[in-house]
Amino acid sequence: MTPPILSLQNVEKRFGKNHVLRGVTLDVAPGESLVVIGGSGSGKSVMLKNALGLMTPDSGNILFNGEDVTQARGKARARMRERVGMLFQSGALFDSLTVWENVAFRLVNSGTLSRAKAKEQAVETLRKVRLGPDVADLYPAEISGGMQKRVSLARSIISKPDLIFFDEPTTGLDPITADAINDLIIEQVRGLGAATVTITHDMASARKIADEVAMLFEGRIIWRGKASEVDNSGNAYVDQFVHGRADGPIQPAL
Amino acid sequence: MSNASTRKRGIPNPLAWIGAATLGFFAEIGRLATFSAQVKAAAFSPRWYFGQIWKQFVQIGFYSLPVVGMSAIFIGAALALNIYQGSGRFGAEQFVPNIVVLGITRELGASITALMLAGRVSAGIAAEIGAMRVTEQIDALESLSASRYRYLYAPRFLAALVAVPMLVLVADIIGVMGGWLVSVYGLGFDSTVYLRNTLDFMTRNDVLTGIIKAFVFGGIIALMGCYQGDKSKAGATGVGRAATLSMVGAAVLVLAANYVMSTIFVEVGL
Repeated sequence: MTPPILSLQNVEKRFGKNHVLRGVTLDVAPGESLVVIGGSGSGKSVMLKNALGLMTPDSGNILFNGEDVTQARGKARARMRERVGMLFQSGALFDSLTVWENVAFRLVNSGTLSRAKAKEQAVETLRKVRLGPDVADLYPAEISGGMQKRVSLARSIISKPDLIFFDEPTTGLDPITADAINDLIIEQVRGLGAATVTITHDMASARKIADEVAMLFEGRIIWRGKASEVDNSGNAYVDQFVHGRADGPIQPAL
Repeated sequence: MSNASTRKRGIPNPLAWIGAATLGFFAEIGRLATFSAQVKAAAFSPRWYFGQIWKQFVQIGFYSLPVVGMSAIFIGAALALNIYQGSGRFGAEQFVPNIVVLGITRELGASITALMLAGRVSAGIAAEIGAMRVTEQIDALESLSASRYRYLYAPRFLAALVAVPMLVLVADIIGVMGGWLVSVYGLGFDSTVYLRNTLDFMTRNDVLTGIIKAFVFGGIIALMGCYQGDKSKAGATGVGRAATLSMVGAAVLVLAANYVMSTIFVEVGL
């Protein structure tokens, strides 16, 4: 059996009295597309930030390619992040840099390529997400929300990572643009052979991009199964969530 | 109803409040000291982002010239008028140029420049970094294997260390010029005599003390902006609060540092 590229083992995280993650255990196999669903405030983003090392868990372990990176700092953390991409919910493009500088940030920052070569690669990667070279010299504020998501996707794939995190990749987009983003994620990620962890509320997106779906509720993974099984999970929480019903065991976050 | 139960229902216990405030104050000092140490460690060891340092130098130094110049000329002019009025009580009007140059170079050039920069630069840095924090740009930076201390904070800190002393030199010159303008065209001083008195009286130490202060003020202004921006909470309110706290914090620390350094300079005879 192939060892997981990412493994979260009983991860817990508190903010004061708010116990957000209460023992999350999750494995992601190489090349697998895992979608984590869950209501607002269920801890999805916190789980992702712990996995990426932007937060440190209070307890539990996080393994990347078999190496324990829970408390990794400095070079060990940098080594892990070199192999990981992330698309943030807001896009999180640097608004003081042009589109191509955003996309090529990792290449320029690592000092492995000249700016000219890095720009060439950025323009090529922008083309893969259906953005023309005319966009390269614009600033993020000068392009639409959908284009910003595509730029952010380009930034997350340019270094050909082994694992990519997607935080609500279709939030705030119209259904057509959201579907186009889903198609790009599938096309580009399959092309790279990277594993992905996507957190989303958008069930259309989850059904389209997931190999497997896991549900996070009250800080724990309460169900995991194949994407084709999500509509007949036999789990009352999952049923309520995927069918978007107010009635059921999950109380609406009002 | 007993006193104890009244307190339980919401009237704060003054001792508990004082205790919590004291602990909070020292915790904040500790966090600021740790943050400052991390910024300094990043600033004085490789790798340096020279493009970012230059960009910040222009932002902090060049774009602050108008506000520093305007403040300095009015302070110099007002100082000359007040000294003329005060010294007239004991017939010492001839000392106006001496006191103006002493006041500007040793004290007002540096402190007025720093206070203006606490508003323009420190609050600006806090707002910019706070906005980056709440839009996840800082998380994105870290996820791309770039340290926020090296890429964002160290360049601002280094740029301020260089730019603020230069701005203070400009403020010294323009401040003295403000005093000269009012004295010559408003109070009837002879231009040549005024300038000769100014140059004869001023010593190298007068200018040096102002520059040393400016160097420290530069560090305070950049660090407070970066610190408050870094710990900014989500939303417009959080970013606004970070900007306000950085400005107020930088201004208070500048004035406190000014007093401490003035005391040291007097003690060592500078």
